[in-house]
Amino acid sequence: MTWELAGRTWNSRLILGTGKYPSNESMVAALEASGTEMVTVAVRRVDLDRTNEAGILAHLDPARYFLLPNTAGCYTAEDAIRYARLARAAGMSDWVKLEVIGDERTLVPDVQATLEAARILVDEGFTVLAYTSDDLVMALRLEDAGCAAVMPYASPIGSGLGVVNPYFIREIKRRLAVPVLVDAGVGTASDACVAMEQGVDAVLMNTAVAQAEDPVAMAQAMKLGVEAGRLAFLAGRMPRREIAVPSSPGRGMLA
Amino acid sequence: MIELQVNGESREVPEGTTAAGLLEQLNLLPALVVVERNREILSREALASTRLEAGDQLELVHFVGGG
Repeated sequence: MTWELAGRTWNSRLILGTGKYPSNESMVAALEASGTEMVTVAVRRVDLDRTNEAGILAHLDPARYFLLPNTAGCYTAEDAIRYARLARAAGMSDWVKLEVIGDERTLVPDVQATLEAARILVDEGFTVLAYTSDDLVMALRLEDAGCAAVMPYASPIGSGLGVVNPYFIREIKRRLAVPVLVDAGVGTASDACVAMEQGVDAVLMNTAVAQAEDPVAMAQAMKLGVEAGRLAFLAGRMPRREIAVPSSPGRGMLA
Repeated sequence: MIELQVNGESREVPEGTTAAGLLEQLNLLPALVVVERNREILSREALASTRLEAGDQLELVHFVGGG
C-alpha cells in the first residue's frame, strides 16, 4: 500500500542514507535490494585535490532515487539554513532533511535551533523533514511550523541501539497529522519492525545497512522488517497483560 | 593574477576569470556543483557572467554520501 509525503506518493516505507558504505558498488547494490525510493545525501566541499573523485551523482541515478539532501554536521540554525539553500541550488528539489545537532557525543538534535531553522526554511518555500527528539511537544511545534514530516530518533545516530522509547514514538504518531518517520539509531531488522509497529509512516536509516557485514542482505532484511512491522501494526496487536492467559482450553483435562 | 580563497585555500587565477571559468579550470561540471561566492549562492545561469574579484571567498560544494 502506498503512502503520501509532501504531495508525493511512495511505495517503500524504507528510506536509506548513502554514507559509510564500504564501496560505491556495495551502496548501489544495497539500495537496489532495499526497494527504497528515496535516499539522503550530504552537502560538502568538492575535494579539489582529487577532482576525479566524483560526488555521489556519479553513482546514483536521480531519476531512480529521489535525493533528500541533509544538513548533517550543522550545529546552528544559521549553518543548517545555509546548507539547505546550497542543496536547493543544485536544482533537484526544495526538499531538505533538517538536522541541527546539539551534542557531539550523542548527536541529538538541538531542538530549539531546529525549530528556528524550520520556521525560516518553511517560510522560504522548502519542504522540511525535521529530525528531532522523541519529545512530543517539540514534534507538535515542528508540525505547527509547517514541516512536511517530523522525524523523531529511535536512538542516537549510528548507535544501532534500536527504538529506546517506543511509547513516545507511538504517542507522537497518534497526535500529529503530518507523516512521522523514525530516523536514527536503527541497528537491525527487528528495530525497523518495532519502529513500524508503533504506527509510524516510514523508517530512515543509514549505518544499519552500510555497516552490516553484508549490506545487501541487511537491506533485504530491512525491507522485510519494515513490511512486517507495518502489517503487524495494521493487524491490530493483542493487548499486553501482566498475567498469563492460557491458549488451550481449561476444560476436558483427564481425571 | 588575482588571489581568491576557494574551499578554504588560497588560489591564484587570471584577472577576469568568471565563476564558470574557475569551474572549468578545476575540471568541475557546473551541473554537479553549487557555487557560493562571499556567502551568496550563484545560480547556474549567473556563473558565466560573474567575474571573480581579488579576495573573493568561494565555496564549491556537491552532494556526497550521507545519512
